[in-house]
Amino acid sequence: MLQKNNKVDQKNSKLDKVLNQVLRYVGMVLIVLILFGLILLISGSDPIKSYQDIFSYTLGSRYGFTEVIVSMTPVLLTALAVALPTRVGLINVGGEGQLYMGACFATWGALTFSHLPGWVLLPIMILLGMLGGAVWAFIPGLLKSLGLVNETITTLLLNSVAPMIVAFFVYGYWHSPMDTNKTAMFVPAARLPRFFNSRIDLSFFIALALLILFWLLLKYTRWGMEMKAILGNAQAAKRNGIPINRYWIIIMCAGGAIAGLAGMAQVSGFFGVLMAGFSRGVGFMGFLISWMSFGDPLAIFITSFVISVIMTGGNYLQLTVGLPFAVINILLAFTLFIVLAKPVFLQRKVA
Amino acid sequence: MSLLAILGVLSSAIFSGTSLLYTTLGETLHQRAGIVNLGLEGIMLISAATGYRVAVETGNPYIGILVAMIVGGLTNMIIGFLVVTRKANQLASGLATMFFGFGLSALIGRDYVGVRITPLPRIPFPGTANLPLLFASLFRFDFLIYLVIPVAVLIWWLLFRTRWGLGLRAVGENADTAFASGRNPFWIKYQALGIGGMLAGLGAAHLSIAYTMNWSQFMTGGRGFIAVALVIFSKWHPLRAIGGALLFSGAVAFQLMLQSSGVRVSPFLLDTIPYLITLLVLIIWGGTRKHAAPASLGRVYQGGQQ
Repeated sequence: MLQKNNKVDQKNSKLDKVLNQVLRYVGMVLIVLILFGLILLISGSDPIKSYQDIFSYTLGSRYGFTEVIVSMTPVLLTALAVALPTRVGLINVGGEGQLYMGACFATWGALTFSHLPGWVLLPIMILLGMLGGAVWAFIPGLLKSLGLVNETITTLLLNSVAPMIVAFFVYGYWHSPMDTNKTAMFVPAARLPRFFNSRIDLSFFIALALLILFWLLLKYTRWGMEMKAILGNAQAAKRNGIPINRYWIIIMCAGGAIAGLAGMAQVSGFFGVLMAGFSRGVGFMGFLISWMSFGDPLAIFITSFVISVIMTGGNYLQLTVGLPFAVINILLAFTLFIVLAKPVFLQRKVA
Repeated sequence: MSLLAILGVLSSAIFSGTSLLYTTLGETLHQRAGIVNLGLEGIMLISAATGYRVAVETGNPYIGILVAMIVGGLTNMIIGFLVVTRKANQLASGLATMFFGFGLSALIGRDYVGVRITPLPRIPFPGTANLPLLFASLFRFDFLIYLVIPVAVLIWWLLFRTRWGLGLRAVGENADTAFASGRNPFWIKYQALGIGGMLAGLGAAHLSIAYTMNWSQFMTGGRGFIAVALVIFSKWHPLRAIGGALLFSGAVAFQLMLQSSGVRVSPFLLDTIPYLITLLVLIIWGGTRKHAAPASLGRVYQGGQQ
């Protein structure tokens, strides 16, 4: 059966493959939209109007589109923070914690050196943010390379600790005279510059640059080759003289540094203040995006974009239909469920 | 530092620890069957919101608790379908369910923020009824609190003293071997998820209906993740989880004690202690090579038969 199919399909197998892929994605999108439409219907909103709102706002208006890019930046970074360690077989579920630590370190810089001009202060904050994330990822990386504790468990545990450390500093020392749960607005020099008359800031371009660097690293460098060897078979790589422990620690720290950068960008670019509990799962979303994209740079970009369209649309839905913002998470979750479930009837029938 | 304050601390630790313990017992079952469930946070939120809404609508907290349990078990079936039937990645499936819970619970509880419910009756702890009123009021618990330790013992008995528990643990250690010896890993994993989800639902119901008597968005505040940490801390053992839950929930209470005796420590730093202890314990085990974790934890069972 299989062989017969192979023969028949050999001629136009490439076209078939592409067509099949497209059909699969269209099918998935339709299922997700219908499911969420039902939820909207049950909760008393008009699904068709809601979808119109979401798409005309996010893809059809200039402001909406820039907002998509704005919400895309942190998930792009946290996805990269997960994708890099997966390339040496490490599972970094700790993006959320690393993001908090990056924000924490960067805020310390913003508050301590607030008298410096922007061109000195911002690089300091970026470095501090990356340092914070890297420190938080160093612990799991070290424990893994010592063979003591699995990095999945450690990163998960540290996720819960980091927001508490942020809360400790914010409530205890950094809060503004008016509030208890957030710092004062950062000085203008500590804010990432914005472009295109929108809320898109420098971090988006840094994220893009890092994504390209990631691709170059994998494709054209010796390190990329060695990482591939470690992913394939760590023990064999070790016998061939690749320092796997050093790789594990450095790559884990690099991942953490990228997540820390996302945290720095959130406080310096997006919010302009550090708030206790400011992130509701950006790090986890990065994990899911990286997982859905199999750690592939282009796929990460596309998936982040799609996820951001949904999130930004949800933000807008809150204004037009009056649903709580969190409701958009249902649409996100349906998307994820469909990808995870790999529905049988959507799988490519010709093997 | 008065006796009253110490007892007050203990009482509040018991109240906030109960929902944690139920959820931890549920996660213990999941992990013993080889599944790391990171969706607990979402499952708890959905259960808490649904249970609260039903309790408000019917005016009967017991029906609310029952519904929360059932909803918890059913929501876990999503994870079951993804992880067991479709063999999807456990971490990703759990996190997706967490986001699902964020959204669905916000929708379910939308119009119920701050609505009052009929509280569960509080029964005085045996032997404390004759104490002065101030003391006695600290030892009036609802029936879910009285039930939690018997439930922990029951789960321990099921896991370690019955054939069913043996099968479940066998699946968690090595699903292929369990299958070869005539057990059905698929069915057993679904059972673990169903019962575990109901326990998480019960914990969530205690949080919203009995303890805070309130519903608010994101009210579980990371309890789902604490439960995962607690399972590790208690070495996948239901009875050790009792002490663990008290330790995790007692950190805040402990801080109040310190504060009233003049030592000022940030509550946030104290909250990190249970996690750091868990981490330390893990490092020590790692050093001695004593592994208590179910061997196939987190792995996908590739067996074809259903």
